[in-house]
Amino acid sequence: MKTFPLGGVHPPENKLTAGSKIQKLDIPATVAIPVSQHIGAPATVSVNKGDSVKAGQVIATNKGFVSVNIHSSVSGKVNKVDTLIDTSGYKQTAVFIDTAGDEWLETIDRTDELKTEIKLSSEEIIKKCQESGIVGLGGATFPSHVKLTVPAGKKCDVLIINGVECEPYLTSDHRLMLEYGREVLAGISILMKALKVNRALIGIENNKSDAIENLETLAASFQGIEIWPLKVKYPQGAEKQLIKALTRREVPSGRLPLDVNAIVHNIGTAFAVYEAVQKNKPLFERVVTITGKSLARPGNYVVRIGTPVGKLIEAAGGLPENTGKIISGGPMMGKALINAEVPVVKGTSGIILVPEDEAGRMESQVCIRCAKCIAVCPMGLEPYLLMSISQKNMFERAEKERITDCMECGSCSYTCPAGRPLLDFIRLGKSTVIRMARERVVK
Amino acid sequence: MSSTVIITVVCLSLIAFLSAVILYFVAQKFKVFEDPRIDDVQAILPAANCGGCGFAGCRNLAEALVKAETFEGLTCPVGGAPVMDQVAKILGKEPPVIEPKVAVLRCNGSPEFRARTSIYEGVPDCRIAHNLFQGETDCSYGCFGLGDCVRACAFDAMYISTETGLPVISDEKCVSCGACVKACPRNLIELRKKAKKDRKIYVACSNCDKGGPARRACKVACIACLKCQKVCEFDAVKIENNLAYIDATKCTFCRKCVTECPTGSILEINFPPLKPKVEVQAETVNA
Repeated sequence: MKTFPLGGVHPPENKLTAGSKIQKLDIPATVAIPVSQHIGAPATVSVNKGDSVKAGQVIATNKGFVSVNIHSSVSGKVNKVDTLIDTSGYKQTAVFIDTAGDEWLETIDRTDELKTEIKLSSEEIIKKCQESGIVGLGGATFPSHVKLTVPAGKKCDVLIINGVECEPYLTSDHRLMLEYGREVLAGISILMKALKVNRALIGIENNKSDAIENLETLAASFQGIEIWPLKVKYPQGAEKQLIKALTRREVPSGRLPLDVNAIVHNIGTAFAVYEAVQKNKPLFERVVTITGKSLARPGNYVVRIGTPVGKLIEAAGGLPENTGKIISGGPMMGKALINAEVPVVKGTSGIILVPEDEAGRMESQVCIRCAKCIAVCPMGLEPYLLMSISQKNMFERAEKERITDCMECGSCSYTCPAGRPLLDFIRLGKSTVIRMARERVVK
Repeated sequence: MSSTVIITVVCLSLIAFLSAVILYFVAQKFKVFEDPRIDDVQAILPAANCGGCGFAGCRNLAEALVKAETFEGLTCPVGGAPVMDQVAKILGKEPPVIEPKVAVLRCNGSPEFRARTSIYEGVPDCRIAHNLFQGETDCSYGCFGLGDCVRACAFDAMYISTETGLPVISDEKCVSCGACVKACPRNLIELRKKAKKDRKIYVACSNCDKGGPARRACKVACIACLKCQKVCEFDAVKIENNLAYIDATKCTFCRKCVTECPTGSILEINFPPLKPKVEVQAETVNA
């Protein structure tokens, strides 16, 4: 069975919600929709206080190419445009909307009918993605239309679909593949048309055998889509690792997947693209896994963007008393939230309530030179070294040691027997090196 | 037997002599001229190698001082005027006018004024915390209290107060090398002109939010109400980005802004308590 060759770890899977059907979460009384939910320039707010909006209406327009529209996720009145703390941990501009009813824009097709015939041309699909606010739903939230636009001189010959979901706990992509397999495959065909490729590979880890089976039967009626089961290993869902696992092509250091003629999109993104193109429905809701060992009713919910995380926890049975941390995203790469008022955004793939006894950090001790961090690093870096040079402010050296190749998967910190905060310092070094490089360009 | 001794002695002497000759010529050929004054200047510099002057160490500053025509832009902030006077004497140049400076923290958000809204369990390093989130309170500009500045200080002039959780700067020990200024990821530390008796008046806040949110986050936040600017007769107060700043070169320590500030974000340090206004007037009338 295929997998990537270098490094990787296997944390306990804990997929508690793998068997829970996707349910619709009740629409909250108020939503707060941040204008910056993607990588790139924040969108510009285009509504005023007191305006009536419908679900799917644009409330912030994209600013530049690497930016997407933001849409209202509910119908109601704009209460205010203010700041709130989002998943970044800092205050961001957000549009607060008081909900009234559930009226969608008339152009949106709310039926369940499957449409596979693609009427739009490649360029129209790409434009539609930006207008509909489609971003990478795996968690990185990079605007999809940018990835779909192949620059002159570059060539793409294979589309890779990430159905790996290698993070423990999360099951939103798994459920999508099971329950909305047809729609996902139709979305992949649309992406293939936009990229003008005739081959798409879906990589799915072997622990989701039901999803693999389901897609394999369905894929027979779609052209050029292949399903590839993969050996369970974290971080297989990382772009470069997945390309290596499926095609044996290696993306060189500092380069993009397009340099090896491949593009990677997520299962969730494919589903969102299907809805945008065939149903005219912008991205204003997504599947979120709410889970945790002490949670009464963990599950998978379709959540409107802007819903406070607290509402989601309520629906799942309320906040357990022994909660130590609320984490947005997976346990390996996710981020602890500052409070339960933080809204669900496009990049929120899951909310995990970690019990107190598991939430703490290990006491950091001196490095014992066991080299386990080097063995597990999927990028072939030396985490112990990157940490100590970042700690000592030797950022030029860190750049030479290719610190920017680090994708922050956290395998090194996870595996370190001395509990050293490897990733914390590598992240610091990486962000400093990126800033230094940017300043050099400006000069 | 004796001939062996003689041969040995002669041979060794010859080798020694030849080596000496070679060494002499090599030394002449590869001679590097170094201004002897560099050593003299270096001997006077404090040898702290703190980098406060902008050079890597004291030796580099000494070289620059000897080479330079004037002392413009070259000073040792640690040694200050006494050291620079001596250096000037050696080099026969005009000693520069040095304004002694001292570091101040532009944040006064102790737990008493700034309520905690979350708990940080990560690595105790300000830069890492700054990359992660706005802080344990609702203020996204204030001090984390994790001590990057304290670790940067080579002169033992700072410590984190257990009471306020903020760094405390010792006026006597601070040499204004600026290491803490560079270390702070939130740019909270400023080098200000040192005054008599270590008196200081400054806005101890860096919050650029509007009045409402700033005040909600911290009771002693600057809310940019403009009162200090209006009351100042010396044009020393500037308000930019919802934040007041007092220019130390223009401030005359009249303390009017301190009494005017509604949130108490302007601090006066090392001043005797202010006499009530009425009494002052009565005294002048009597006189």
